[in-house]
Amino acid sequence: MLTQIVFYVFSAVLVTSGMMVISARNPVHSVLFLILAFFNAAGLFLIAGAEFLSMLLVIVYVGAVAVLFLFVVMMLDIDFTKMREGLQRYAPFGAAVGGVLFAELVMTFLHWETSAVVVAPVTGGLGEPGGPHTNTAALGNVIYTHYFLPFQGCGLVLLVAMIGAITLTLRDRPTGRRQDISLQHARRRQDTLDMLDLPLGNSVEENGGFRRPADSYYVTAIPGSYGIPAETPEAAKASAAKGDHA
Amino acid sequence: MNWMLALPELVLALSGLVILVAGVCMKKEDSFVPAAMLSIAAMGVTLFLVPLTPDGNGYGHVFVNDGFARFLKILILAGGILATIISIGYQRGSSRLPFETPVLMLFSSLGAMLMASAGNLITLFVGLELSSLSIYILCAIERDRLKSAEAGLKYFILGSLASGLLLYGISLVYGFAGTMELVPLSMIIAGQGGLPLGLQIGMVFIIAGLAFKLSSVPFHMWTPDAYQGSPTPVTAYMAGAPKFAAFALLLRLMAGPFGMAAPRWQILIETIAGLSMLFGSLAAIPQTDIKRLMAYSSIGHMGYAMMGLAAASATGLRATLVYLAAYLVMNAGVFAVIGAMRRGGREVTSIRDLSGLSRTHPGMALAMAVFMFSMVGVPPMAGFFGKFMVFASAWHAGLYGLLAVGGVSALIGAYYYLRVVKVMYFDAPVQEFDSPAPSLSFVSAGMGVVTVFFLIGLGVITSAAEIAAHAIAG
Repeated sequence: MLTQIVFYVFSAVLVTSGMMVISARNPVHSVLFLILAFFNAAGLFLIAGAEFLSMLLVIVYVGAVAVLFLFVVMMLDIDFTKMREGLQRYAPFGAAVGGVLFAELVMTFLHWETSAVVVAPVTGGLGEPGGPHTNTAALGNVIYTHYFLPFQGCGLVLLVAMIGAITLTLRDRPTGRRQDISLQHARRRQDTLDMLDLPLGNSVEENGGFRRPADSYYVTAIPGSYGIPAETPEAAKASAAKGDHA
Repeated sequence: MNWMLALPELVLALSGLVILVAGVCMKKEDSFVPAAMLSIAAMGVTLFLVPLTPDGNGYGHVFVNDGFARFLKILILAGGILATIISIGYQRGSSRLPFETPVLMLFSSLGAMLMASAGNLITLFVGLELSSLSIYILCAIERDRLKSAEAGLKYFILGSLASGLLLYGISLVYGFAGTMELVPLSMIIAGQGGLPLGLQIGMVFIIAGLAFKLSSVPFHMWTPDAYQGSPTPVTAYMAGAPKFAAFALLLRLMAGPFGMAAPRWQILIETIAGLSMLFGSLAAIPQTDIKRLMAYSSIGHMGYAMMGLAAASATGLRATLVYLAAYLVMNAGVFAVIGAMRRGGREVTSIRDLSGLSRTHPGMALAMAVFMFSMVGVPPMAGFFGKFMVFASAWHAGLYGLLAVGGVSALIGAYYYLRVVKVMYFDAPVQEFDSPAPSLSFVSAGMGVVTVFFLIGLGVITSAAEIAAHAIAG
């Protein structure tokens, strides 16, 4: 009885927060509702006796994925009101398509029957005979023993995703101050330090003005910074405009 | 046992990782050619290892190796090697691809090989994702060119949808049968007698997901934009290896577990094949861009190849496999010629740019004409034998309607293929192309020779395809 009450509470909150994810006006609220939905789904897993999956859902989805979403939503400058513009126009059409698909699925599942013939999987069952029978152990057995090859394949999929993220987004920009350790180590005192004898009572101007640092800085600097002349007048203008903007 | 079974895949995966590290260690400007050479070498070694692997199941029955898997793996690797050679010729002037390009082609081929050996629906999906994800990245790899970014994004969004459909189909099959392994699945379907509703819907979803990868009508919408926008070597790759892998799965699933229920899927495959052939030839007529033309042509070719499957017989499967081998050869050749279409270091892709090519570059024009005649199916070019075998198998299976559609589309197709030949040989020459890169001349000349003298190797290919077809059709 208690389990049933808890189940309905979790389910109701899950469905409601799922609706709120897509209907909330503020995208940050959407992400927060998503986190709520994940927590309730984890609760449902717990009721079903899948304690490992439940904890995994909280750790992976709430701890990592949802927080990442939150960062993306807050960092990217997306005009969400503009994105919603087509909603009014496309909503009836989308609802019609969704309704037809839903009706078809219901019709399918009314006639659902599972196989009358049962064939034992060639790989054997989940747990070894007399071996571990907890959920975690069984999952580990499946993933790391039976499905070892697809598991490694998934590793390669992630590697490819990483290569893609790097190739498609990493740009070498000649940024202003790049650190060059060997250059720093090779620096001598006379490169950077000049001892001057200045007569008393003169202003900076009369002594020749401020002096720029010695050559070593010029090596890694972008043209236009540190008083280095920009390559072309256009480039100088562009970098000046950028500076104004900043 | 397990080691030997998947030896080619293991070698390819490890060398991919090594090449990746080597590429990062080299200077950025000159890392492409060594990385491409290394991956050609890795795929070449793998190509020689494939025939040495024994038959059997491995890794808890998720991996199966038989004559069929070996045949398609060789096609996939050959496609990967040819596309990588084309990519070396592409590195000129303003177009510079990063060294990740050959590495991603290598990983994509690895995914395709896993698909060819799938003994479990999980392996199917992981292999498919590995292969597709690499291609999404490859499409957008010239990210500063708007068309390339568009191609990558379009393919990615539609491809994800197709993967979702496929996964949903797999889950329905699992929900019905309680197993994702192909061998028990076929026993269950055989024991059941017919094909129950849930399983049938799952099968339709799986066919839809795979037909998307094959760019068959009505799942072809992404093809022209993705082909046109991607860099030419990537287009050459996309039109080859991933299609062989998708065909591998389609044939393995339909002839294997679902083989008992052939009448149920035959009409579906027939429809897809007929529509693809007809649409591929009709929509290609108004095209002015050669890469778009090739996109529609590949839609049509997939339709012809599917005709063999529609026949639902071992002869039909053999015909499909021979068709794919012929398609590999002419496809790589055409894209090598397209890659050589450059003026002042810039790529040009309009059909009109080919005007008078026979006078400016007679060798290139001859090669292109050979490929065009082969695509039409003129004997004794490679394309003729493929077309002949699929038409013959459809005749034996009594699919006269499909035959008529195929015949009409072949005639329409002849018009636009021969138009390219006419432009090259009878129009006034325009400005001359740059002299083609040696690697491109190598591929186009080599494939031209293979296309013309395909008859010599036909016996070997047909008997290998025969063994492959019997390995899955039983």
